[in-house]
Amino acid sequence: MDFILAPWPWYVAGPLIVLIMFLLTYFGKNFGMSSNLRTMCTIGGAGKFSDFFKFDWKSQQWNLIVVAGAVIGGFIAANFLTADPTVDLNPKTVAALQEMGFQNPGSSYVPAEIYGWEAVLSAKGLLILIIGGFLVGFGARYAGGCTSGHAISGLSNLQIPSLIAVIGFFIGGLIMTHLILPIIF
Amino acid sequence: MKHLKFLFVGIFFGIVMYKAQTVSWFRIYEMFRFESFHMYGIIGSAVTLGIIVIQLVKRSKMKSIEGREIDIAPKDKGIARYLIGGTIFGLGWALAGACPGPMYVLIGAGAMSMGIVIIAAMFGTFVYGLVKNKLPH
Repeated sequence: MDFILAPWPWYVAGPLIVLIMFLLTYFGKNFGMSSNLRTMCTIGGAGKFSDFFKFDWKSQQWNLIVVAGAVIGGFIAANFLTADPTVDLNPKTVAALQEMGFQNPGSSYVPAEIYGWEAVLSAKGLLILIIGGFLVGFGARYAGGCTSGHAISGLSNLQIPSLIAVIGFFIGGLIMTHLILPIIF
Repeated sequence: MKHLKFLFVGIFFGIVMYKAQTVSWFRIYEMFRFESFHMYGIIGSAVTLGIIVIQLVKRSKMKSIEGREIDIAPKDKGIARYLIGGTIFGLGWALAGACPGPMYVLIGAGAMSMGIVIIAAMFGTFVYGLVKNKLPH
């Protein structure tokens, strides 16, 4: 059981992600985790404001069920399948984070400096979560997909648009990590 | 069973993403600093194997579970939407440290403040729907 309780290496996770993509393809669907955001907008009545949200959301029900499963999976993995919820980071990464004022980088999956309630209830912390989420939601729909839809499914199907999108993901990610995060923290 | 199979795939997805630590803000930060092979190994091995699997599905003319033809739609052509949209997404990914799938996994794992990120992501999707026709695609 030790190998299940320990963090899973990349060569286990990569093929398992392909298995997930294959199963969804075999079920006649596709592997894309951001579409549910649009479906939820439609359910919430966004069709009154834009035709983009006028579609039969019931055809996308499966998407919401996958999301519900992801929540349950996260609960199971965190509570029953993990002995030690720390992240073994490169010491250089740890040093860079400490320099920005992060205490104990890697002692949990998400930093208390961003996701802890003390941070969340401050104006700065709340803004970080809202802006981060907004950019992800807006960017994913603008680009027509996220990490799963483009970086995994799209590249697996040799799609040039997905390659351009992934290059975009990295342009944005590198700018945030190297130029903006040091200003914020 | 029609819906249950999607629930199981979702649960499996949640477990894999959590156990491989791809849902960790720190792993994303480390990836964008090029200080770990972990995330690149996951994406690289998934894409390498994924190309083979998708080719096999296409060439064998495999049928779906419901007996229909499997149609893997190509992405629409274009550059601007992918480059600009992708860059906006990347900024958010590195700030929040989570893309849409992991956000839900983290909620299940007990990071309840992620709910704020999900609501903001829904709002971002909504705003895209409002301004979509004014943007270059």
